Amino acid sequence: MSRTVAALVASIAGLVMVLTAFVQPLGFLGSAVVDWFNVLAAIAFVLGGANLLKMNLMKISAREAGWGYSAVTLAAFLLTLAVGILKVGVHPDAMHPNVAFSGDKEAVGAPFWWLYEYAMSPITSTLFALLAFYVASAAFRAFRAKNTAAILLLGTAFIVLLGRVYVGVLITSWIPADNAWVAWLRLENLSSIIMSVFNNAGTRAMMIGIAIGVAATSLKILVGLDRSYLGQGD
Amino acid sequence: MSVATILLLAQEAGAESSTAVTWFMPGKGVLVVALVVVVVAVLGSILWARAGHSIVVRKIAGLDAVDEAVGRATEMGRPILFVPGIQDMDNIQTVAGITILSKVAKTAAEYDADIEVPNTRSLVMTSAREAVHAAYLSAGRTDSYNPDRIYYVSDEQFAFVAYTSGLMARKRPAACFYFGCFFAESLILAENGNAIGAIQIAGTAETTQLPFFVASCDYTLIGEEFFAASAYLSGEPDQLGTLLGQDMIKAVVWVMIAVVTLVATIAAVTESAGVTQFITNLRVSMGGG
Repeated sequence: MSRTVAALVASIAGLVMVLTAFVQPLGFLGSAVVDWFNVLAAIAFVLGGANLLKMNLMKISAREAGWGYSAVTLAAFLLTLAVGILKVGVHPDAMHPNVAFSGDKEAVGAPFWWLYEYAMSPITSTLFALLAFYVASAAFRAFRAKNTAAILLLGTAFIVLLGRVYVGVLITSWIPADNAWVAWLRLENLSSIIMSVFNNAGTRAMMIGIAIGVAATSLKILVGLDRSYLGQGD
Repeated sequence: MSVATILLLAQEAGAESSTAVTWFMPGKGVLVVALVVVVVAVLGSILWARAGHSIVVRKIAGLDAVDEAVGRATEMGRPILFVPGIQDMDNIQTVAGITILSKVAKTAAEYDADIEVPNTRSLVMTSAREAVHAAYLSAGRTDSYNPDRIYYVSDEQFAFVAYTSGLMARKRPAACFYFGCFFAESLILAENGNAIGAIQIAGTAETTQLPFFVASCDYTLIGEEFFAASAYLSGEPDQLGTLLGQDMIKAVVWVMIAVVTLVATIAAVTESAGVTQFITNLRVSMGGG
């Protein structure tokens, strides 16, 4: 019963969103659906916080592998939560100097801002920077010339990479740029042709397939044919 | 009367009819037609499949490997990791990911393998729990269902990546599934999975992330294959019917591309203002610049 109601809500919300894309006066209904989703997501965020606490406390209690990380996670979570909710170190804003908590917790210099700027941001940047090494290891594996397709991939990648750096441009700089018959052989032009013609054609073909897939999947959900996302797949 | 004149008259007639009904968004006529084509093709195909006509689906290696991956995890006594992307339930890719999760979870329940589902969104966690619970129920293994295996980690992209990478290093899952919407974390997750020797199957509609999955995973569902996975795994007529509908729409798109390319070429060669204007109007009405 509850799943039928949930499927019905999903169908109605989806249909409303489809209608609002075409019928102008129904725009307010679309906004209402989005607002409801945001309200639900906000409530679910509390659920997520509670789950985070429970899971990490369980790990610490059971001394599972990596329980120390759970302790750090909990400490960071509770500290950030306290600093944010209690607006620790936030000064009242200029408009309401006598009202405590009227200042912005994210104002420059506030402890919450400090936590984000000097703890969260550097950690995120560090993890993002690790991507360079992961790209190198993945490229090493992908570009091994083990068969014809891999050789073609390697050759194409080599041209595109060279065409986008100065040394690549330098290598073929002797080819006259003003002669249309041979100018395309310059690495920067070859790289551009590969990206805008071959790569673009392939990507667009994929995007058409994806768009059709999205439309068909959405339709299945709208008419209630697919309810497996609610736990009723079979 | 030239072809260009007929096309222009058709455009003007369309413009007049669209202004008559003011409560419709202007310039969305072509999209309405596209929507109707999609609905008719998909629902018609479902009815066709329900009537008992057989629908042949080509083999998708990545989906055939699901059983193998789950079986491998069972044999090795290691868990299965399933990541349903990093977006919320309002993203269709997440919904498709949860649909595939229910199929993978059912196989895991039948094999008595452990499945671990870390989430970036609370709503996704709730939905994933429902899907996995129903899968275990369907497999007759509700006693093995553990909701604590499906949990929330963080909304922050790289906090989630850090946790999941650590989880991979500690628990060394034998099979990793990545189905949903992924961004920069795709390569980090897939490379970590590769480093621990896990069999990896991924699927996403993010074209920018597909090369990373292809490079690091054993099997990758590319684009539309990801959305076809649910139908492929279930084999139900209703689901397979949608695949037929998708193929019909694709055929329509192919014809349209061929016709419009031809018309655009004619416009370029003949330098006809009418045909050029028609192409421009068509592009604008389809949402193009």
